[in-house]
Amino acid sequence: MSEQEIRNPKSEVRSSGAAAASSSVESASQVVSPGQKAWQRFRKNRLAVVGAWFLVVLVIFVAAWPAVLKLASVSGVKGAAFAQLHDPDRLTDDQFQPPSPAHWFGTDVHGRDVFSRVMFGAQVSLLVGIVGAGVSLVIGVLWGAIAGYAGGRLDGVMMRFVDILYSLPSIIFVIVLITTLEGALKSWLTAIGSPGLGKSARLLFLFVGLGAVSWLTMARIVRGQVLSLRNRLFVEASRALGAGPVRILWRHIIPNILGVVIVYLTLTVPAIILYESFLSYLGLGIQPPMASWGSLIAEGADQMNPIRVYWWLIAFPGGVLVTTLLALNFLGDGLRDAWDVRGKD
Amino acid sequence: MHFLKRLAMLVPLLLVISTLAFALVRVAPGGPFDRERQPASPEIERAMKAKYHLDEPAWRQYLRFLGDLAHGDLGPSLKYRNHTVNDIIAQALPVSMTLGALAFCFALGVGIPVGFIAAARRGKWQDHAGNLFAVLTVCIPGLVVAPLLILLFALHWRLLPVALWCSPAHAILPTVALGLFFSGKIARLMREGMLNTMQAEFITAARAKGLGENSVLLKHAFRLAVLPVVSYSGPMLADLLTGSFVIENIFQIPGLGMFFVNSTLNRDYTMTVGLTLLYAALLILLNLLVDLAYVLLDPRVKYE
Repeated sequence: MSEQEIRNPKSEVRSSGAAAASSSVESASQVVSPGQKAWQRFRKNRLAVVGAWFLVVLVIFVAAWPAVLKLASVSGVKGAAFAQLHDPDRLTDDQFQPPSPAHWFGTDVHGRDVFSRVMFGAQVSLLVGIVGAGVSLVIGVLWGAIAGYAGGRLDGVMMRFVDILYSLPSIIFVIVLITTLEGALKSWLTAIGSPGLGKSARLLFLFVGLGAVSWLTMARIVRGQVLSLRNRLFVEASRALGAGPVRILWRHIIPNILGVVIVYLTLTVPAIILYESFLSYLGLGIQPPMASWGSLIAEGADQMNPIRVYWWLIAFPGGVLVTTLLALNFLGDGLRDAWDVRGKD
Repeated sequence: MHFLKRLAMLVPLLLVISTLAFALVRVAPGGPFDRERQPASPEIERAMKAKYHLDEPAWRQYLRFLGDLAHGDLGPSLKYRNHTVNDIIAQALPVSMTLGALAFCFALGVGIPVGFIAAARRGKWQDHAGNLFAVLTVCIPGLVVAPLLILLFALHWRLLPVALWCSPAHAILPTVALGLFFSGKIARLMREGMLNTMQAEFITAARAKGLGENSVLLKHAFRLAVLPVVSYSGPMLADLLTGSFVIENIFQIPGLGMFFVNSTLNRDYTMTVGLTLLYAALLILLNLLVDLAYVLLDPRVKYE
């Protein structure tokens, strides 16, 4: 199959009526870039597309739900009742209601609506996943690009450091860091006059801490890519024209490894969401009254008893967490296959 | 020689880690005796601090800590009075190691056959089922599996005990909850390894010699195909150790993970530092063992 056919089967119908000469001109102007090719491969992967759509819908739901509640509370008696029924922080006597049309995911030990709590918890879980992955992206790309471009001794030392960190229990350091430095950061933030920031010290730590232990694979991959690119002719040409290392890296090398970086970024997000839920489950992550999927599952697990089984307290937060992880993994795998990135773990 | 070098690296590395951990736990505001029952008179608190040498300047505490460490003594626990950290490790380590080893065996015992069969029956229903298993388990973390297993097997059908660690039956659910995630990953690695190996020329040669399919797969392909699984066991051991934090928490198993998490919450300095050190040493040694196994399995790999 020619590139043109892959790109747009309809264009063949269109060009078949035209003269042969004009069609060859057209195909020359329609050179398909590697990015477009990858995009076409990606769209053929049904699971990846479904995963992407699920994530889009989830993000819309999570972003819109607080607004819906606020809007309902000011629009009539019925709307206000709806908003009050689904207020994630309102304590009521309707404890442990199983799922019903009123409470889609049931209610918890304090009579709060589980669906609302899952939606609000999703904000934290998704935010930590995305920001944490961003932190890991910055560290990993910088580290890998510098090591790969500098080469030689510096490269050896930097990558040896990565090897050592690989062999250490990183999450243990995150736990120690969070429990020790959080208090110090909190008092410092309050001292410089932002008590609101002081309250979210834990969240900041989750962002930075989880990002800071998740950059190792990214650094390895980026280094490998930079190594293979830095001796190519276009880089040499740029160097001959007098470009410095920063300009070469920024203008010529980083744009060329963007695809690979994005693929690993999508695979880092679920890993960090998993870490966050792990910490929150243990009570080391998000603190009440804030919630995340991990802390919601922990609350559900606390209510397990031999007499009555409140399955919805675990099944719904857990189900949403698992589905999101599945979708993110499908998306990441789909992107990886589309860009034909060699896995290297 | 390579391995001796890496063993020698262990000492400075652990020194750095212990120094970092030692410094970090002391930066934290609040001390181990803050949550003592009130009223603790200032005299009592002073006496307590003197007993554990917390009143000395930091550098003297550090030197004392290093001196004790050189004798293999991690000091007394600040929360569990009358117990040293060594005592607690001696009690909790076997529990965690047993759980980890069981989960490790479960992951290998399930993952390797599933991946092997999926590759051997490529494109058939066994392959699809194996892939589905791998995808699902990798996305279902222990903190979701464990409560669900308890709900179903312990509370609903009442087949197995809910929690605690006292008989072999008590070990079943924690083992499955901890190992399931890794069995999926191993199945995936095993399948990929088999598919890659089956394209190799020595497999074609073995077939050309007229060997049966089973013999080709089991005796020739397997040995090479299992290598990715072996190299994954290093990181997997790390994740098993930390993954057991949640499992020990849910099933109320008195293992290292429970003590570690509690020690960070209680500001039990000596315990946090000691356990961090233990985890790091364990992981480095286990990684070394994995690399040794790699050399034994694959004669092409040589470290100078």
